[in-house]
Amino acid sequence: MLNSFDILETIKMIEQEHLDIRTITLGISLRDCCDRDVSAASRRVYDKITGKAEKLVETADTIAREYGIPIINKRVSVTPVSLLADSCDCEDITPLALALERAATAVGIDFIGGYSALVHKGLTSGDLKLINSIPGALSQTCRVCSSVNVATTRAGINMDAVAMLGDTILKAAYLTRDSDSVACAKFVVFANATEDNPFMAGAFHGVGEGECVINVGVSGPGVVHNAVKRAGDCDLAELAEIIKKCAFKITRMGQLVAGEASKRLNVPFGIVDLSLAPTPAVGDSVADILQEMGLESVGAHGTTAALALLNDAVKKGGIMAAAHVGGLSGAFIPVSEDAGMIAAASNQYISFDKLEAMTSVCSVGLDMIAIPGDTPSEIISAIIADEISIGVVNNKTTAVRIIPAYGKKVGDRVNYGGLLGSAPVMAVNTRSPLKFISRKGRIPAPMHSQKN
Amino acid sequence: MRAVITVIGKDTTGIIARVSEVLWKHGINILDINQSVMDDLFAMVMLTDISKCSVGFTELVSTLNALGESLNLKIHTMHEDIFNSMHRI
Repeated sequence: MLNSFDILETIKMIEQEHLDIRTITLGISLRDCCDRDVSAASRRVYDKITGKAEKLVETADTIAREYGIPIINKRVSVTPVSLLADSCDCEDITPLALALERAATAVGIDFIGGYSALVHKGLTSGDLKLINSIPGALSQTCRVCSSVNVATTRAGINMDAVAMLGDTILKAAYLTRDSDSVACAKFVVFANATEDNPFMAGAFHGVGEGECVINVGVSGPGVVHNAVKRAGDCDLAELAEIIKKCAFKITRMGQLVAGEASKRLNVPFGIVDLSLAPTPAVGDSVADILQEMGLESVGAHGTTAALALLNDAVKKGGIMAAAHVGGLSGAFIPVSEDAGMIAAASNQYISFDKLEAMTSVCSVGLDMIAIPGDTPSEIISAIIADEISIGVVNNKTTAVRIIPAYGKKVGDRVNYGGLLGSAPVMAVNTRSPLKFISRKGRIPAPMHSQKN
Repeated sequence: MRAVITVIGKDTTGIIARVSEVLWKHGINILDINQSVMDDLFAMVMLTDISKCSVGFTELVSTLNALGESLNLKIHTMHEDIFNSMHRI
């Protein structure tokens, strides 16, 4: 028989340490939904999603009951909608976003991702239509998430797009000024975006994917935190070993659920995303792990090193536990969605620049950071350019999900509630990068020898 | 299907009898049972065969949850595979 200690350990992880499956995300190809008439394309999009995802929520809930594992979110990702926009003969493609929203409501999911464009080398007319529609689309919908990939390590950085997106983010912030600019919380700018990411707001169903796929994101900052706590004063190599073992167990659970969901929905299994995804709930924080490792506060010198250790150990432990690993796979460091990060930011123990440094060793990037509402477009573009450069040069995914909170200043707060949490408005460097951003063009792809 | 049923809470008389009675009434066979009491805390782990259970899994879970609440105990009923996958390579 199974060891009672192991059984009770699993139950403790679920009951007291917030162990859960963070998301089961069904990827759906919309490549067969193109039409010159945007209304016809919208109807096809709605029908396809509601057909394919009809049983997603019900199946996930059944698995959660049978296995006793909470499955927090059920979501859908779709083909980047700019590919459909290319075929539409109208300028305003917002009806496609509204169709996604209706479909998400009909199947009972909280977010649908893929109102996206991949523009790392250039923009098609469809990409441009999509980007122009983002502020309006995100302010008229609650569940639609959007992303734009502006760079890859092989292509370099499309600075035309980066310059444009500063304005896009400000417009989205303005249009949702009555709700703390919440539209910006549903929009991500990527470098090296992954095609199989199950987490929002950046999920989309890549063009290299099949018709339909199941991707699963696991979580468990609370489990790792408690394991580090129990480890006491051991050295860092031992700590890494403990985190690896923890990540293995968490990921095995994700793999089991992913396989079961794939079987019951008759949809191929794609990947497990090995992530430590925090929530604003107490005891579900990545910052708490770093502090338990021995930092007085996240943001202190040593934070980047601690995060590097954590991120690497999570991957090493998880990789053997899953048949296929993908997505973002690493520790997330959103400010507003992590109780420890919120506290550190409120006390000014962590700065914007330290957050940027941390993103060079973990997934994903500058995430859920509120900045003053009067931040000029070129500064937002320059923040994006800096973060994206880290991804491009280091051959990793990085992202920016930043909220210029309309009408708010440093020290004010944004409050979204739920998973999106709350955050203080943080200061940014106000010296002007205008001339640099106005140059536009493409930053060439970096070289991959002579690495120093 | 095999399920692991765990019962955790303050020790009192008749816990095993009450839980076993419910299982018996539903046609569930207990394959293995392990129990310990530490500092007044009762922890019992049972491996059961529920393939001949007279009710659906969801109803069984609800019945056992209700029993747990009436005894002031926490009863978890979970598919065996979750533990196998997490703790065995």
